[in-house]
Amino acid sequence: MLNRKFIPILVTIGLFAVMLAAGSFRYTGFFSLQVVFNLLIDNAFLLVVAVGMTFVIISGGIDLSVGSMIALTTMISASLIQEHGMPPIVVIPIVLVIGCAFGWAMGAIIHYFKVQPFIVTLAGMFLARGLCYIISLNTITINNSTYTAIAQTKVTLPGGSFISINVIIALIVVLLAIFVAHYTRFGRNVYALGGSEQSALLMGLPVARTKIGVYVVSGFCSSLAGVIYTFYMLSGYGLHAVGVELDAIASVVIGGTLLTGGVGYIAGSFFGVMIYGVIQTIISFQGTLSSWWTKIVIGLLLFVFILLQRVLSARRSTVKS
Amino acid sequence: MNRIMKHHLFWPLTMLGALLLFNLFHSPDFFSIKMQGGHLYGNMIDILNFGAPLILVAVGMTLVIATKGIDLSVGSIVAIAGAMSCMTISKGEDQNSLSLVLMAVGLALVLSLVLGLWNGLLVTGAGIQPIIATLILMVAGRGIAQLITDGQIITLSSPKYAYIGTGSLATLPFSIFIVAVVFAAASLLTRKSALGLFIESVGTNPQASRLAGIRSNIVIVAVYMFCGLCAGIAGLLLSSNVSSADGNNAGLWYELDAILAVVIGGTSLNGGRFYLSGTLVGALMIQTLSTTIYSVGIAPEITLVVKAFVVLAVCLIQSESFRKAVIRRWKTRHYPGEKEVTRHA
Repeated sequence: MLNRKFIPILVTIGLFAVMLAAGSFRYTGFFSLQVVFNLLIDNAFLLVVAVGMTFVIISGGIDLSVGSMIALTTMISASLIQEHGMPPIVVIPIVLVIGCAFGWAMGAIIHYFKVQPFIVTLAGMFLARGLCYIISLNTITINNSTYTAIAQTKVTLPGGSFISINVIIALIVVLLAIFVAHYTRFGRNVYALGGSEQSALLMGLPVARTKIGVYVVSGFCSSLAGVIYTFYMLSGYGLHAVGVELDAIASVVIGGTLLTGGVGYIAGSFFGVMIYGVIQTIISFQGTLSSWWTKIVIGLLLFVFILLQRVLSARRSTVKS
Repeated sequence: MNRIMKHHLFWPLTMLGALLLFNLFHSPDFFSIKMQGGHLYGNMIDILNFGAPLILVAVGMTLVIATKGIDLSVGSIVAIAGAMSCMTISKGEDQNSLSLVLMAVGLALVLSLVLGLWNGLLVTGAGIQPIIATLILMVAGRGIAQLITDGQIITLSSPKYAYIGTGSLATLPFSIFIVAVVFAAASLLTRKSALGLFIESVGTNPQASRLAGIRSNIVIVAVYMFCGLCAGIAGLLLSSNVSSADGNNAGLWYELDAILAVVIGGTSLNGGRFYLSGTLVGALMIQTLSTTIYSVGIAPEITLVVKAFVVLAVCLIQSESFRKAVIRRWKTRHYPGEKEVTRHA
């Protein structure tokens, strides 16, 4: 008997397979390994952000600041490298630490002052975007040799297809996250916290540390995504990655994670991001469809998945009672 | 003194007052109002005029938040309403004919009511959390708006339509009157009839209010429809102000500003209590903040940083544990473990 808790993630994977198959039948040149790798190359940053977002959502919170955090990271990196002449080996750790600190501050406010995560991370979103403009109102282009080298490196795989360094980083993040979520104490605590904060506290789990830790993870992931985005765009700009927080939340939900917390898989978010990428690819292959159809299709998918989860959880509670 | 400080308008008004005071010292002519060609001009009029759409959206949002909900889709509804009315007018033969403009306005408002109904049904019928239910329309709505305008920015040459956003009545901008009517209707309906009580009781406990004889579901659907309507009117104001519709950027981040205005106004996101007057002050404060930043001459993008600190300050002041922590720091030493238990018990 199939375990009911795997149904949403199986639906997600099935949907991904069906879309890929439909695309392959419909469009010539769609069925190749390179198309799948291009999905990864173009959405590597979204993948990393979605991983952090999954942790936050499983813990029962939400993080709206991720898109702005990416922009801030590109801006700080560009500014430190171009205007202050610092080497990338110093700059990258600095921006990652800034991301963690940002997440930690938001998590601390959420936990200790009991302000809704929605509002705190909204403030974080405004703050990070605003800070970008304080650094500079214009784009800063990066022409550092290390950055351009990383951006242009193609890792050729057997079979002639290639991926970028970004994809390798993103895949490592996904694997690490799966390990952390399912095989460490922190991961179990996050699930427990999302299930019921009160029970988690009464069980003696470190609620404060876990809750703040989740936002630190999200802050780290979004600044790492910012680093990846910098490799991808080779510039820093305050308008980079506008609306990525929505894409990330949508991917996580399509991946089968419950927005009420406590239920979800990192692997689901991986396929959520892939579905997002496939929709964009199909629309670009079709040619006659315009880009706004992406938003409408994503909205529809959100609707379907939320209803599906609703039905599944309703059935579960009737079985219990 | 204590009673004044406890009043729900105390903090919002203090902050608005502080902002205006700053303006008084920084540029004394901030408050001057000039009469020119039958119209009044001045910063204060501008704040009311440009703040009109935000006030409208925030009023609708207040009622939604009072039922313990939230509506993230208002920005998208703003874009859809603007797109719909501009599309209808641009299709017509004579863009300036009154019947066409009225039809466009009617169509846009009906559409926004339908979108509000959709949100309401998702929340009540399907039982989805409001933040998620409205997220669907927030994501899809911008796509729909672009679908209506075919991805173009539609520009109009219809003075009658432009009147909604730029015209003036009795020397004041027409938009102020629209806001006044909506605000008065909302306050009268909620405070002079039992409707406000219904909304608050549904926000406190929908189950209990249903058992007490209130049709919770109808109240919730009505509130979302009202919020959609308010956003639709705001969309008309915004699009007629510039005589064009931009599906991508019209009403961008309006949901966040509106929620901010509601929270500044003292309405708690936990539902069960709302202050329309507080929301009005909150929305005016946000608009004054933007106007102040323009008049001081800081780059407008930096408004975001200021906003971030305002949001944080407001939320921290409203947070009981923050106030307790501050007070306790002065009074006695506390034991963290004990605090942890009492907080969650």
